[in-house]
Amino acid sequence: MAVVALSADPRGAMPAETREIHASLRGVTRVYGRLAALGPLDLDLVKGEFFSVVGPSGCGKSTLLDVLSGLGRPNAGTVTFEGAPVEGVPDGIGIVFQEDASFPWLSVADNVAFGLRRAGVDAAEIARRVDYALGFMGLTDFAHAYPAQLSGGMRQRVCIARTLVTRPRLILLDEPFGALDQQTRLLMGDELLRLWRETGATVLLITHALDEAAMLSDRIGVMSSRPGRFIEIVETGWPRERDSRIVAEERFGHITARLWSHLREESLKAIGKAGRAP
Amino acid sequence: MSGSAALPATGPRGPWLLDGLVTVVVLLGLWQALHAYAGEAAIASPLAAFRHLSGLVATAGFWSHAGATLSAFAGALAISALLGIGLGLVLGLRRFAGEVAEPILAGLYSIPKVTLYPVILLVFGLGIGAKVAFGVIHGVIPITLFTLTAVKGINPVLIRTARAMRLGQAETIRTILAPAVLPEIVTGLRVGFSLTLLGVLVGEMFASQRGLGFLIVNGISLHNVQQTTAVILMLVIVAVAANGVLLWLDRRFIHRAA
Repeated sequence: MAVVALSADPRGAMPAETREIHASLRGVTRVYGRLAALGPLDLDLVKGEFFSVVGPSGCGKSTLLDVLSGLGRPNAGTVTFEGAPVEGVPDGIGIVFQEDASFPWLSVADNVAFGLRRAGVDAAEIARRVDYALGFMGLTDFAHAYPAQLSGGMRQRVCIARTLVTRPRLILLDEPFGALDQQTRLLMGDELLRLWRETGATVLLITHALDEAAMLSDRIGVMSSRPGRFIEIVETGWPRERDSRIVAEERFGHITARLWSHLREESLKAIGKAGRAP
Repeated sequence: MSGSAALPATGPRGPWLLDGLVTVVVLLGLWQALHAYAGEAAIASPLAAFRHLSGLVATAGFWSHAGATLSAFAGALAISALLGIGLGLVLGLRRFAGEVAEPILAGLYSIPKVTLYPVILLVFGLGIGAKVAFGVIHGVIPITLFTLTAVKGINPVLIRTARAMRLGQAETIRTILAPAVLPEIVTGLRVGFSLTLLGVLVGEMFASQRGLGFLIVNGISLHNVQQTTAVILMLVIVAVAANGVLLWLDRRFIHRAA
């Protein structure tokens, strides 16, 4: 059984020529003081794909998201989104952070509507989109609740809904389920797959959970220890219509094993480096 | 789908009212017991104090004194709030300055402020200026410290979210930073309210011919125990009512942010 189709190109460019490149990084490096955090790194994100990034702790995964989103600037290299250079966060990119970023002073509905109000969208359209997003994320009954009254998973769904209503074409997720328990993460993964299919957006997910990456992704970029680069791009070969039940499939085990075989070595390197640090 | 039922936004009203009623009854009981123990020469009974107060509030002289206290207190609270919030914002945003200033402010606040009153009298003279200044030195530091702590404690992910949403600086301050720090500022104002009132009243008690603080000391001097007790009762009612309103605001905001 063919388990994992590996990209021949470690930069991560998808082999199919017909696919449109949505965002790309070329020769990107990021340095903090004397610490090389990232790169040089190349990546092409194909329009509409679900791409996950896994790597050892401190390898620069979140730095990669920062640079791709425009929240951070690379020290070298170029970042483009829809063909234009990224300088600041461009219109069309939505970001969900690992930490709870819901606004505690706003109700769930007002949190979700926040970006739309700021953008001057008319009230009827805001109500329509917020209703849809709340329904989509299972938050309709909590529209008037405040974040402090919700569980961690629900707050994260509020943040996802707040991003969703702005209709981003590229959704960047920085370990959004990192603080949640395993069952909730699997179910949130299903929500995320549904969101991805319905919106047609390109998704880049940063995660430390190999099973999450294996279940959700079309492709998985495995990063080296710091400074992070892609050492392999794993193509999962899952159909677009999928959900968390694929964890029972034999292929799922092979994919996670493949990811771990790379990550074990890189994680040991990272720990070794940490051990020698002053 | 994960989730939990939303918690009730506020507790039921009944127990709140009952708790308040029981507290008032217990306090009145204690007051009556103290009156029975210490006698009429030390403290008036609750009934006598309420009677005297109802007569007092019907006189124009009382309202002249109350007006003097109110104007000094309003001025002191306004200065404390503006100075405290302004200073707290600046020190909170400038991390190094904040780390230097915080222990200095806490140290200054531990000074028994009443020992500074002679200096304040010499600087501001006998009048409303000294009362306002004495109120400000009581209220400004707590408001500054609460504001500073609020700004320092802003969750960095909220700032990143503002950037991710492409908010400008002014919009970030207005829509993210201000509401994020508001609960702690309201708490600071509540604490500052009580301390500023304390400062103004102490100022009136020591060196003033006008104000409710003066009426208290005047009652003691003339051995008019009913006047002293009635004015104290009036101040307690006003302070508790105002504090209740601020506490309600405080809980409303903190409830959301908890």
